[in-house]
Amino acid sequence: MKNRDKNISAMSTPAIAEGGKTGDWRDMRPVIDQKKCIPSIKGKAACYLCWLYCPEGVVKAAIPVKIDLDYCKGCGICAEECPAQAITMIKEVDDNG
Amino acid sequence: MDNVQIMTGNTAAAIAAKLCNIQVVAAYPITPQTSLTETLSQFIESGELKAEYVRVESEHSALTVCISASTVGARVFTSTSSHGLLYMHEQLHWAAGSRLPIVMCCVNRGVGAPWSIFNDQQDSVAQRDTGWIQIYCRDNQEILDSVIQAYRIAEEVYAPVMVCYDGFVLSHTMMPVSIPDQKAVNSFLPPYKPHTVLSVENPYNINPVIFPWLRENAEGIICDGYMEMRYKLQKALDCAREVIVATGKKYAKLTGRNYDEMLWRYKTDDAQIILTGMGSIAMEATAAVDQLRKDGVKAGVAGIRVFRPFPVNDVRKAFSKAQTIIVLEKDISYGYEGALCSDIKAALYGTGINVPVHNFIAGLGGRDVKVREIFEAVQQSLQEIAAGKESNKTIWLNCRK
Ligand code: SF4
Ligand code: SF4
Repeated sequence: MKNRDKNISAMSTPAIAEGGKTGDWRDMRPVIDQKKCIPSIKGKAACYLCWLYCPEGVVKAAIPVKIDLDYCKGCGICAEECPAQAITMIKEVDDNG
Repeated sequence: MDNVQIMTGNTAAAIAAKLCNIQVVAAYPITPQTSLTETLSQFIESGELKAEYVRVESEHSALTVCISASTVGARVFTSTSSHGLLYMHEQLHWAAGSRLPIVMCCVNRGVGAPWSIFNDQQDSVAQRDTGWIQIYCRDNQEILDSVIQAYRIAEEVYAPVMVCYDGFVLSHTMMPVSIPDQKAVNSFLPPYKPHTVLSVENPYNINPVIFPWLRENAEGIICDGYMEMRYKLQKALDCAREVIVATGKKYAKLTGRNYDEMLWRYKTDDAQIILTGMGSIAMEATAAVDQLRKDGVKAGVAGIRVFRPFPVNDVRKAFSKAQTIIVLEKDISYGYEGALCSDIKAALYGTGINVPVHNFIAGLGGRDVKVREIFEAVQQSLQEIAAGKESNKTIWLNCRK
């Protein structure tokens, strides 16, 4: 196997992806309807409540808003908090498919 | 010149820890360990020992302090007994899983309920599966020698070592002990090199959550899953056998005292009946063997010095010519038999050695174990075995039922 860690006790560094792709155990995925999302409609930085509430910090406060699905755990907090109801949680199919 | 002094087991342990230049001590007083940590705090107070004594509110914290100090590279020491050890249970696993070379003395005492402050070995035997190396001492000289060897073993295999000795029977009993000089110990024990690195420039999280499967970290390096980490600990303890023997041989060269096996033998060469046990009870058995031999019974003692890693091969060798085995122990795995007895039988399984094994549960909660009682119980066992009954049996020695 390539590059095996030689440490004899468990260690990690503070870096993105250090814990592996933690999104792979998600069973619901957030999907943003850009036609309803406030920053997309207004064409300027606004709202971003999803970015504020996401416990994983995987929402990018940009135009359009983006979610990094490699690490999104599918908790649905963003969908719950979105004032425009722009986020829908849809079921993941098979193995993270 | 040999520097021989008369001292208690607890003093011997404290002197040994001092000779090892320990840097941090964290301990909480508990009978019968207390005078050991008191002696260490006197050494520190007087400036004889340049170490930090961290006062804590419990044994759980004592071991936690040791874990932290060892992680950042200090040579640490702690000691406890009985309920104190049980209170450390969680951190015992933590120390071993973090692969920290902590050395602790467990001054063996019975466990409540009901309360007892007196000696047996239920406390440390109950911690058998925490990943610690366990050494049992038969006398005060062995306490001093074992603590010094323990640091070398621990720091070579990166696993913690528990040096166990009987409360009161050894901890508070005066015996002559030969003290090696500081220079000799320094040459025997190189400085501790920690395997963990804590640095602001290169920050690390030690012991994060580990998932069942392996993971690729941010640099693309495949990091162990939980099972791989645990396998490494098992391998370390397996490899410790060789290290313990090599350390014993090196120490023997330094002091002339023989530690080249994980067990010790007394008159076993021609012995047909072999008595075994851990700690002072096995020493008691040597006196019983002398009496048995006067009676024409060819008996000997194989005393188990290291309980974990279990000395499988040494046991197989030592018992290869035995016709009867008597396992004396101050612990019991409730609902079965003594823990040592099970291990000895397991070690002999499949080797063709299939002889009667009688297990004597003795001295629980400090009940005196007299030579005469061992002698008589062995005679009775031999009669029963000769009469063809009860080839495997657990006997509660001197217990009024
Ligand atoms: S589902 Fe949860 S983890 Fe994923 S983006 Fe929304 S709030 Fe963040
Ligand atoms: S909370 Fe809803 S509306 Fe606000 S930025 Fe996020 S997706 Fe757009």
